[in-house]
Amino acid sequence: MLTSSLKSLRLLGAATALSAFSLALPAHAQDAVTIGYAISKTGVNAGGAGITTIPNYKLWVHEVNQAGGLKVGAKRLPIKVVEYDDRSSSEDAVRAVERLITQDKVDFLLPPWSTAMNLAVAPTFHRYGYPLLAGSAVTERAPEFAKRWPNSYWLLGTGSQYAEALVDQLASLRKAGKIGDSIAMVSIADGFGIELATAARAAFQKAGFKLAYAKTYPVGTQDLAPIVNEAKNLNPDVFIAFSYPPDTMAITDQARVLGFNPKVFYTGVGTAFPLYKNRFGANAEGVASLGGIDANSPAVKAYIQRHKEVTGAEPDRWASLVTYAGLQVLQQAIEKAGTLDRKAVSAKIASEDFETILGRINLKNHMVPNMLTLGQWQNGEFVGIEPASHAGAAKLVFPKSAWQAGAAAR
Amino acid sequence: MFIDALFSGITLGGMYALVAMGLTLQYGVSRIMNLAYGEFLVAAAFCAYLLMTGLQVTPLWGLLLIVPLAFALNWLVYRFLLTPLVKRTRTRAALEVDSILATFGLLFIVQGVMQITFGGNYYSYSYLNEPVRILDSVLALNRLLALGFAAVFGIGFYLALTRTRLGTAIRAVAVDPVAARLVAIDVRWASALAFAAGGALAASGGVLVSMFLTFNANMGVIFTMKALIVIIMGGVGNVLGALVAGLLLGLAESFIATYVDPGLTIAVTYGVFLLVLLVRPTGLFGRAAR
Repeated sequence: MLTSSLKSLRLLGAATALSAFSLALPAHAQDAVTIGYAISKTGVNAGGAGITTIPNYKLWVHEVNQAGGLKVGAKRLPIKVVEYDDRSSSEDAVRAVERLITQDKVDFLLPPWSTAMNLAVAPTFHRYGYPLLAGSAVTERAPEFAKRWPNSYWLLGTGSQYAEALVDQLASLRKAGKIGDSIAMVSIADGFGIELATAARAAFQKAGFKLAYAKTYPVGTQDLAPIVNEAKNLNPDVFIAFSYPPDTMAITDQARVLGFNPKVFYTGVGTAFPLYKNRFGANAEGVASLGGIDANSPAVKAYIQRHKEVTGAEPDRWASLVTYAGLQVLQQAIEKAGTLDRKAVSAKIASEDFETILGRINLKNHMVPNMLTLGQWQNGEFVGIEPASHAGAAKLVFPKSAWQAGAAAR
Repeated sequence: MFIDALFSGITLGGMYALVAMGLTLQYGVSRIMNLAYGEFLVAAAFCAYLLMTGLQVTPLWGLLLIVPLAFALNWLVYRFLLTPLVKRTRTRAALEVDSILATFGLLFIVQGVMQITFGGNYYSYSYLNEPVRILDSVLALNRLLALGFAAVFGIGFYLALTRTRLGTAIRAVAVDPVAARLVAIDVRWASALAFAAGGALAASGGVLVSMFLTFNANMGVIFTMKALIVIIMGGVGNVLGALVAGLLLGLAESFIATYVDPGLTIAVTYGVFLLVLLVRPTGLFGRAAR
């Protein structure tokens, strides 16, 4: 009696588990693809994840399911999502990823947001043989990590790529006699800022630029007036801030209020956000930063339109596109492999060419080749400038026009 | 350069004071260590954002709507959520512990609601972001305005607490709730009033800082932490103390950032904090504990 009711209870449990997640079935009988991810929905990382990563995951799943599902062999399988909040803690992220693998038994994992988070989960992805297509991690050691974890891809590239693109551009301006030697640079004392400032320092030294001002500030600094004031007093031609979104806004604000008008004004994460354009309106014109898009590409235009329609917000003009391209790579690799077998799919990621919104790319280098690394707001769009060889790369507008009073859109 | 650092320190300090004043009332008088304080502040910032972008109501008019609303809401929170705790506990120390636990839960509720409504994205708008020239130093008008409000609230509350009958009653509750009852002060009512007034101050702080800070649903705890440092440094329950401590911290940060290194601002905050506590363990304006 007891055993039989226990048994039926267990059966019932198994049945609900099956109907809810359709797990634990052998691959050939699968009727859905489970995709799992741990992402920062709360905590300090939520702001970045909420603009760059989560909307793209939603968009991609929406699009794939609307098309009938992922094409696996002859069948189309709808995507089922298992999502956890890592609360911006790397320990939680690792735990959640392990849970996704061992308990939820997801077929594929999507990466978390930020460099630090991706580094935290990379060993776990590797241990269980899941490919990691990190779309929001900038790290100098990308080539080394790609060797250590062969199925990891660092799509945003290295800090030096961005620093060198900037320095190249500045060097050609100097050659043309348009700017001098002296540069003011500030950076946030955190992963991204340290990474980029270190790379930039090396690149500036190599190119013979002088850093008249080079300071860091801690995360959570609420008044950047002293920094902008001091930079202004040095009257540099070039001002660079490797900043996070709240400081990017504050630095731009302060520069405008103080009437600090360097010929090149470059700020960090957040500059390529639609928020920046909304906040500063015409004053965003001429501000440079990391990333940028090929504004002439029909694929990019269509992507921005779809992103707006499905998620209700515009994508950022840097890591959003790279994140989405990473999803396209995963999708096409599964289709090319014709199976959900992770080994087969990983082999396709490593060897094939993929049609993405960034153009036709391959990931043999474990990074996106020929990616736009320097951009500038021009006529209300954040367009790519460097590498100049990239399709649709625009010319730098120089000098940046002076701030206007009260030009903010709202 | 000195003038620049001075003014930027004063405006930053004004913001710190503004953000901290409400908590000093809630903690000092009602003895509620409100961990959800920063969340209420950010919620007010979101309200200001919605009014500004949705209905074109400027934040200063928004204050007239948001502040009374926050007062009422905080009154209700005290009345229905915290009064049972106040009734149950015998000692004030126990009330502090219980209120920390209760408001810790409240923190997640408020944060969760904002998270669902606004997501994790950053929000920001521009208002009165115009340069003002004072003594050859350029300041943003909105920051100056926040400083002005901080000074008005600080001095206003100080005078109200020291010069009026009601204020005296509230201070009596802060000093000794049992003895206050003996002289016919309605302790629960006075506590609720102080808590609600603290909440209203937090809301006005939220509205004013939303004019110049970029915020998201998860930033409440940053404000709570800063407010805690300021009120402990200024003396718990002393609004004027919060004003002075806020200004002190702002000036210390600004001068260090200008003359030494911007990387040291956080270290300096805690350095000043420690120094004050070593010299005056009850805070700048605090009374000796009994």
